[in-house]
Amino acid sequence: MTEGTLLEWLVGPGDAVRKGDAVAVVDTSKSAVEIECFDSGTIDRLLIEEGTTVAVGEPLAVIDAAATAPREPAHPRADSQAEPVAPSLEPAERPAPEPSPAPEPSAAAARALPQASPNVRKLAAQLGVDLRTVRGTGRRGFPTRKDVEQAAGRTAERTAHVEQREPERPSTTATSSGRRITPYARRLAAELGVDHDALPRDRVVRAADVRAVAADTGGEERPAEVPDDVRPEVAVPREPRTGAARTGMRAAIADAMARSKREIPHYYLATTVDVTETLEWLRRCNRDRPVDDRIVPAAVLLAAAAAAASTVSELNGHWLDGEFVPARSVDLGVAVSLRGGGLVVPVLPDAASRSVAEVMSWLRGAVQRARAGRMRSSDLGAASITVTNLGDLGVDVVYGVIHPPQVALVGFGAVRDRPYAVDGLLGARSTVQASLAADHRATDGATGARFLTALQHHLHRAKE
Amino acid sequence: MNGTDSSARMRMLTEMVRIRRFEQRCVELYSATKIRGFMHLYIGEEAVATGALTPLTPEDAVVSTYREHGHALARGMPMAALMAEMFGKVTGCSRGRGGSMHLFDASRKFYGGNAIVGGGLPLAVGLALADSMRGRQAVTMCLFGDGAAAEGEFHETMNLAALWQLPVLFCCENNYYAMGTALERSHAETDLALRASSYGVRSWAVDGMDVQAVARATARAADMARTGSGPCFLEFRTYRFRAHSLYDPERYRDRAEVDRWKERDPIESLTRRMRDSGELSDEDLEKLEFGVESEIDRAVAEADSDEEEPVDDLERFVYADGK
Amino acid sequence: MRTSYREALRAAIREALLADDRTFLMGEDVGRYGGCFAVSLGLLEEFGEQRVRDTPLSESAFVGAGIGAAMAGMRPIVEIMTVNFSLLALDQIMNNAATLRHMSGGQIGVPLVIRMTTGGGRQLAAQHSHSLEGWYAHIPGLRVVAPATVADARGMLPTALEDPDPVLLFEHGGLYGTEDDLAEDAGAVDIDRAAIRRDGSDLTLIAYGGTVRTALQAADVLAGQGIAAEVIDLRTLRPLDERAFLDSVGRTHRAVIVDEGWRSGSLAAEIAARIGERALYELDAPVQRVCTAEVPLPYAKHLEDAALPSPERVVDAALKTVT
Repeated sequence: MTEGTLLEWLVGPGDAVRKGDAVAVVDTSKSAVEIECFDSGTIDRLLIEEGTTVAVGEPLAVIDAAATAPREPAHPRADSQAEPVAPSLEPAERPAPEPSPAPEPSAAAARALPQASPNVRKLAAQLGVDLRTVRGTGRRGFPTRKDVEQAAGRTAERTAHVEQREPERPSTTATSSGRRITPYARRLAAELGVDHDALPRDRVVRAADVRAVAADTGGEERPAEVPDDVRPEVAVPREPRTGAARTGMRAAIADAMARSKREIPHYYLATTVDVTETLEWLRRCNRDRPVDDRIVPAAVLLAAAAAAASTVSELNGHWLDGEFVPARSVDLGVAVSLRGGGLVVPVLPDAASRSVAEVMSWLRGAVQRARAGRMRSSDLGAASITVTNLGDLGVDVVYGVIHPPQVALVGFGAVRDRPYAVDGLLGARSTVQASLAADHRATDGATGARFLTALQHHLHRAKE
Repeated sequence: MNGTDSSARMRMLTEMVRIRRFEQRCVELYSATKIRGFMHLYIGEEAVATGALTPLTPEDAVVSTYREHGHALARGMPMAALMAEMFGKVTGCSRGRGGSMHLFDASRKFYGGNAIVGGGLPLAVGLALADSMRGRQAVTMCLFGDGAAAEGEFHETMNLAALWQLPVLFCCENNYYAMGTALERSHAETDLALRASSYGVRSWAVDGMDVQAVARATARAADMARTGSGPCFLEFRTYRFRAHSLYDPERYRDRAEVDRWKERDPIESLTRRMRDSGELSDEDLEKLEFGVESEIDRAVAEADSDEEEPVDDLERFVYADGK
Repeated sequence: MRTSYREALRAAIREALLADDRTFLMGEDVGRYGGCFAVSLGLLEEFGEQRVRDTPLSESAFVGAGIGAAMAGMRPIVEIMTVNFSLLALDQIMNNAATLRHMSGGQIGVPLVIRMTTGGGRQLAAQHSHSLEGWYAHIPGLRVVAPATVADARGMLPTALEDPDPVLLFEHGGLYGTEDDLAEDAGAVDIDRAAIRRDGSDLTLIAYGGTVRTALQAADVLAGQGIAAEVIDLRTLRPLDERAFLDSVGRTHRAVIVDEGWRSGSLAAEIAARIGERALYELDAPVQRVCTAEVPLPYAKHLEDAALPSPERVVDAALKTVT
């Protein structure tokens, strides 16, 4: 790497800095990194404007090393007093990150300042916070951005530098993490219910990162039933697995799906569910939860599907030897796509008896285990009904293929804001299209309709 | 048409009085803040507008400057439309978008009020070019001041008009000051007619304080241009009695110089001549003044009560409507 | 039929001269010489000196004359040799052509077409190579178009001549010799909308005039790396077809603007600002701009090449948005 683009100054002329303070953010084409200064003193002037691309080694600013003491105003500044800040653009050159919480540039910048860094001061001014009232948790008790945000009684993004406000699309899960997220990625995260805390911290987060996380946390589950050739392009394996493993999995999927389409007379039903209030509840709920325990909307959808399967038990079971055999509990299969292609379906036993939080906890682990190829024996049981969620891929409705010998497959599309009438008033509501593919040998459409009604009911009552 | 008979003199006297009284009222209205912006007064120079526009026909075109109240009135623009423009009303001749410096009346081929010194000269060549190419007998009169003779556009235009032998009457109102800079302080050669003639343009210097002399000279030049003899240049030597604009403290000229020129006031000169020859009685003069005052009163009353252009229409007339 | 950009322009002018006797071509060396870039070669012989007029080197006068003629009902085509020379006529373009309609409250229109050469890449150094169309695109009252293809070179002029307002047509000097297939019955095209010159889903390259070629070359290189770039040809620089590039950015979430003007205060800046205003939440990477280095263009080839937007620089900028 030979150059980088200066994205943002964290300091301005007249600010005092200490050796090691973060003074600027530079985009190195791989990621955004903070540039530290190598000298202490006062920023005399900035040489490079934001948005400019600079070569490694090119001075960014002039630090007046003598200015820690009051300067004589009439005395011209000698060049020897002024040391240019050389950009340190290689991430490898940065000191190892401090233990958690990960340091923020402002925290570093605050060290050298009498009260707080310019950055923090600016934030305080923006939020109307009196710095004298803030209890600092930074070094030497100086306030950090986080302190100011907490004092302001709200959480704000560090990315407020980049976007001062985002009034139209508040993120689903507000966080105080120090991430730089592109506007589109932020929007996508809100749509897919991706928690900002799950996103990379060491670089600018883009849409692809959000999609990857959404996939990791169950967003990218894909039904075994969808033929390869109609899959979205994401399914094209980027890092091919070993030939044998892939071939084996592919063959298994091919057999199962071909059998399904050959033997099972499918019928399909779908309905639109207004989940505005459910998401609102989820947001409130997440606010009080530790980061690791936060719940994504996918977990709510799974829990509701499990509950509905419990209510309409004619769909929860297997078609064996020409007749329907109900299952004793709802053993919920969740299709999870693998990065190298193909998919597996870990099973959550007795899903109907679990709380949303428990479903979430299982989902987090199961997806990781599935991807790592280390499924537990409990994951590998026979499912009584399967759910596939393709919402994160922008799909509106899933027309699923049933996994034999099961008799039903529940599909979810994207949860997003759509025009929707409530009590005769048209407004933008968060809705999701829930669909059902069911085996006509086992049930008729009326049963399927009851199932969707139950699903809707459980989605609305998720909070209880 | 050349202003030598008695009725023509009476008409020209009336026109000059209209122009002067209109502007005197404008000064009052400016003080009363009914009129704002730049306002350049023509007082003292009325003989030029009145005499020069006399021989023109409705087919002829006029391109003017920012000191053009007199030109617009002499071209026949209704005083009410002019006053409403000064007031910034929608009924103004430019719908309140032009103001004092940008009076337009397309129906009378009065192509404005150009406030870039020299900026109107190329337009006049183009208007004349169109007439020439379409075989029309019209002439284009281009009025400008002595200051314009220092602009590059003046020289480019003189050359082009002469080169293409276009029917343009270049009417230079030499009032001896480009704003505050005296002619001899900005021109090495102060004989402007001589300079124009160096481009092969027929040129004359005319007493701009004598409305009859202005009318006669213009009529002759217009005839020549109309019959295919190419452009003419007329330098009307005149003087403005008032400051350049209402912001001008007049530090650049002597009171005595102004007074000397005032002795040659074009209105007083013509009045005296007409009285002496028995063409004008005190009663005629009173009637004339009364008529003009009433016209101005009506124009002010109308302008005052007229509507303003709705702000919703702010962005109209940037491009043709309906585009 | 294989046709060069130059021939397409000539065919368009010829057709206009045949179709409407109010139309004439005027400019420096458009007649005997055949046009500085040979665009009007042979037209003097066919249409005569009245319709194909050589002018003196008086940009202000002949552009102003074009404006005046347009005001008087003609449909002139004025050629200015290069955009740098147009600065000598900037007063007429800005203070008259763009302004008269508004200043006159809608009474006067200027249906004029001004053609000029723009752009660098021919080692013509710092007074013949700049891309100042962005300056003109700043001015309300003007329409600014930039044909990038042979079909547009053939078809934009007739549409521009139909327009009731002044249209500036910028012909990139590097394009005159380029060839493409042109339909026998090729004719007028719209001058309102941008065009997608290449489809792509990964990022949007926004270009116009000479940089469309640069963007297409970059898109080829990117395609080799598995990146599908959409190329938008703005075609009209004022008013901008904002919908076209906002929609594209809505699909690709990344934008690179390729503008041969200087970066500061440029068209590229305007487009980036509009993306920021109207499509911020579509962006998955900062908008990139590839513009000309902020120097008066140098003569030496290696320096000029380094200063101008190149496919390599566009590829680099594109990669920044996707990696």
